[in-house]
Amino acid sequence: MNKVVHDVQEAIQGIENGMTIMFGGFGLCGIPENCIAALVRAGVRDLTCISNNAGVDDFGLGLLLKNKQIKKMISSYVGENDEFERQMLSGELEVDLIPQGSLAERCRAGGAGIPAFFTPAGYGTEVAHGKEVRIFNGKPHILESSLTADFAIVKAWKGDHFGNLIYKGTARNFNPMMAMAGKITIAEVEILVEPGDLDPNFIHTPGIFVQRIFQGEKYEKRIEQRTIRKR
Amino acid sequence: MLDKIGIAKRIAQELRDGWYVNLGIGIPTLVANYVPAGMKVEFQSENGILGMGAFPWEGEEDADMINAGKQTVTLKKGAALFDSANSFAMIRGQHIQLTVLGAMEVSEKGDIANWKIPGKMVKGMGGAMDLVASAENIIVAMMHVNKAGESKLLKECTLPLTGTRCVKKIVTELAVLEIVEGGFRLLERAPGISVEHIDKCTEGNLIIAGEIPEMKI
Repeated sequence: MNKVVHDVQEAIQGIENGMTIMFGGFGLCGIPENCIAALVRAGVRDLTCISNNAGVDDFGLGLLLKNKQIKKMISSYVGENDEFERQMLSGELEVDLIPQGSLAERCRAGGAGIPAFFTPAGYGTEVAHGKEVRIFNGKPHILESSLTADFAIVKAWKGDHFGNLIYKGTARNFNPMMAMAGKITIAEVEILVEPGDLDPNFIHTPGIFVQRIFQGEKYEKRIEQRTIRKR
Repeated sequence: MLDKIGIAKRIAQELRDGWYVNLGIGIPTLVANYVPAGMKVEFQSENGILGMGAFPWEGEEDADMINAGKQTVTLKKGAALFDSANSFAMIRGQHIQLTVLGAMEVSEKGDIANWKIPGKMVKGMGGAMDLVASAENIIVAMMHVNKAGESKLLKECTLPLTGTRCVKKIVTELAVLEIVEGGFRLLERAPGISVEHIDKCTEGNLIIAGEIPEMKI
């Protein structure tokens, strides 16, 4: 059950051109910085990326975008990234925008063996085009299919050799659902500990969902909107 | 005429003790600053916070503690953190008592458009479609007219919809209105604003019944 890989290079082994990859994170919070940097270096192309956001111009998934490594983005919100907007409006980049709650649930369902579910979100909008509509309790719902990926890449605060993960603050966001939905799930953590060092009562992602784990380096943890109170 | 803070203050009057409230980005975020004294309200941020607090003191900002607008925030005592699926379970499952969000257009039927201008602005819907599809109580905070002076309260939305027949109340710099069968019912006027002016700025059907009181801010 020791899932520890030596470094980020070993962690991303097997990621090839044309694959579908999930990336945890909300904005720049809780994104797998080390793996994204390694994928930029590796130069894999034509990726379909499933991620709530697309980073900013010079950080996060924005780095893969700038390098033209992404063929398609599946996201809920992609503002704050000029290069993204340019590639999308010019037709270079395929984009599937889906409601945030549906994105989260589609990943969760993918990991939980539920092929599809009905949700009211998006009924009567262009999100509903081509989707089955059914009325429950007098209210229309649309059928949304689950999402899985060749690889899911998540970022946690602490993890152990078995792949058990604990997230910190709002860096949890999409990471737990995406960890469930990857055929191979890579977890990069700030602190890697021995089995037994994490309290089982407080594990967010049980190790069964994780195939590879390593301790990342030099986390920049960039803040997108620094808002403060003056003393 | 109200400014953005005035709109936020007026919406804050709609809060009730014990409510869980989701505030959208922009004017809605300001509502948190004007919770009536003594009232207990918990703010949900859909990226995974219940019990969101104020912005951090300078030097105490934490990259792992942000709100849905990606701004650094703090937690109040008794706050809870969770993942995005759980967050939208709260929203879809109607555990949130009030949703306040901005809009580019609202129709007299309660349709809302706030996520896309075809060919121009395509940022995405974020959590807005989930919120408007499930929330039982939605207040829209917006300007009555756009920068070109055109009404944003329409018979039919012209932009791609975020949700249909979902908006309950609208607070603008000019008025408080509610969606009823047949159109926008005018409830209150902003200080110094005439009913005629509000009528002129409302493209959709404006229902004026009796004397319209001035807002108390």
